[in-house]
Amino acid sequence: MSITDRQLVFNVEGREYVDLDLYRSRGGYEALEKVLAWDPRQAVHMLKEAGLKGRGGASFPTGLKIEMVRNNREKERYIIINADEGEPGTFKDRYIMTHLPFQLLEGVTIAAYLAGISQGILYVRHEYDEPRSVMRDSIAQAQAAGLLGDDILGSGFNLHIELFSGAGSYLCGEETALLSSIEGRKGRPQVKPPYPTQQGLWGKPTLINNVETLSNIPKIIEKGALWYRNLGTNDSPGTKLISLSGDIQFRGLVEVPFGTSFRDIVYKYGGGPKPGRKVKAVNIGGASGVLVPEEMLDVPLEYGACSRAGITIGSGAVFVLDDTRSILDNVSNRINFFLHESCGKCTPCREGLRQAQIIMEKLLEGRAVMKDVENLERYTRVMQNASFCGLGQAAGNSVISSLHYYDQEYRGQCVDGDCLYGEESA
Amino acid sequence: MQAVVQEIVGQMGNEKAPLLQVLLAVQDASPRNYVSEEAVRAIARSMRVSRCRVYSTASFYTEISLKPRGRHLIRICGNAPCENAGRAAIMDAIQKELGIKAGEITADGLISLEKVSCLGACYKSPAIKVDHQIYGNLTPEEAVAIIRSLREEFSNEHNGSPVGI
Repeated sequence: MSITDRQLVFNVEGREYVDLDLYRSRGGYEALEKVLAWDPRQAVHMLKEAGLKGRGGASFPTGLKIEMVRNNREKERYIIINADEGEPGTFKDRYIMTHLPFQLLEGVTIAAYLAGISQGILYVRHEYDEPRSVMRDSIAQAQAAGLLGDDILGSGFNLHIELFSGAGSYLCGEETALLSSIEGRKGRPQVKPPYPTQQGLWGKPTLINNVETLSNIPKIIEKGALWYRNLGTNDSPGTKLISLSGDIQFRGLVEVPFGTSFRDIVYKYGGGPKPGRKVKAVNIGGASGVLVPEEMLDVPLEYGACSRAGITIGSGAVFVLDDTRSILDNVSNRINFFLHESCGKCTPCREGLRQAQIIMEKLLEGRAVMKDVENLERYTRVMQNASFCGLGQAAGNSVISSLHYYDQEYRGQCVDGDCLYGEESA
Repeated sequence: MQAVVQEIVGQMGNEKAPLLQVLLAVQDASPRNYVSEEAVRAIARSMRVSRCRVYSTASFYTEISLKPRGRHLIRICGNAPCENAGRAAIMDAIQKELGIKAGEITADGLISLEKVSCLGACYKSPAIKVDHQIYGNLTPEEAVAIIRSLREEFSNEHNGSPVGI
């Protein structure tokens, strides 16, 4: 299934594990050598030119973030590699760590060098035993080869990376919660500003980047900003790793240039629904993402276009539901997930999710009235507007989008609802 | 207990040891996969923090248990992709096979069954995880077969003797 023969950033089609020798034979670590000989400002400028943005969900410009840490006066600094890939339906960072560990490590080393950092922490979610052990080995191998540790490639630059394991908290993917977690406290979010680039780990400037983001860096340095921009669109340069799951022929990881439509992602890359079935809804961006119908799939994967269409790209999870699935079951699953993962710090999220769960239960049991659906929407809006952190703000995305596109399913479950498709919801 | 904990904390840098990593390591060292009250006291003493602080952190994280669990942990992924791929039938079959419900421990103390938020293995949903190993693309029959053979293996490992805390 070759969709494109172009060289992309990750080239995941072969699903091959690239060890250190293979990685170097393909030009790996040449980018690091180049950067070590350059003026760091030149490389930062290149990353900015390339238009690389954070791939964890917030899409903050990476070059700018590196520069912010670089320009800080405080000399004790940290780089944190966020591998707490908790967004359900996402497994891209798992893939990078198990298949392309040295591309990640090279990216980390370059970012750390550019920002003047010599201490790093790789924060891996607890569930990822295999990625953790591959990374532990890879770090040791890179150190033995002089590509990590003291005096990297004879440049006098040092970088030491330690592994840190999460403990089963979705919220710790949020950067300030992640910092609290490393500092030994509950993984609860903190108020921003100060941003981690100003006062992060132990109050020191900290560069926190997602695994996918950092793994883009060596390719940009190697092939140039223009090459990278040409991969995607003007609005969103480069490529995105998409985790495909659900009712489609091909489930797994694909690399997609920005600008590709979601229709192509589902039908060309994913092979479309199972024989005889139709796509009913596509969940984009994981549990915190939205549910959209088939008609919306012509929207291109692009930050601007998606934002205008009300779609959150998030971590790049694409989860397909076919026409045998119930929207309400799925929304209810999301609500239960967020209720379990809510840290309980702020009232809108803690109580809003509990109320949403009660209403979803009533709906699924056919005991709800239209007033409940109205309340569900009202509570969800409050959660979106008043929650302290991204968890509560995004928890209602599946509720609001499904109320918009599939309101018949909600109405059909209400005792006083005008049931539009009777036989399905009887 | 104090000696075991002191060794773990010492390896991680004593007072500078990262608390969450200490908790995970202490839990891994416990045959029953939990952090006991005694262990909490030992951690607090070794790291020179209050017990309250240790509890505060320990109780926040799903993967840290303050109650004894089985020697082996079976985790069933409950998120939407796995749910749609037949999580409920797998859970039913495993519950029946083990004779316990999610959140319980088998009478011989060998196995705990837990439902978890997400295993990050949606490309092979429905997925379960037994200790450190993920099994995916399961039918209920396959899940039961895996559990049956592992249970036998686990029993042999512990010579069928009752498992103490």
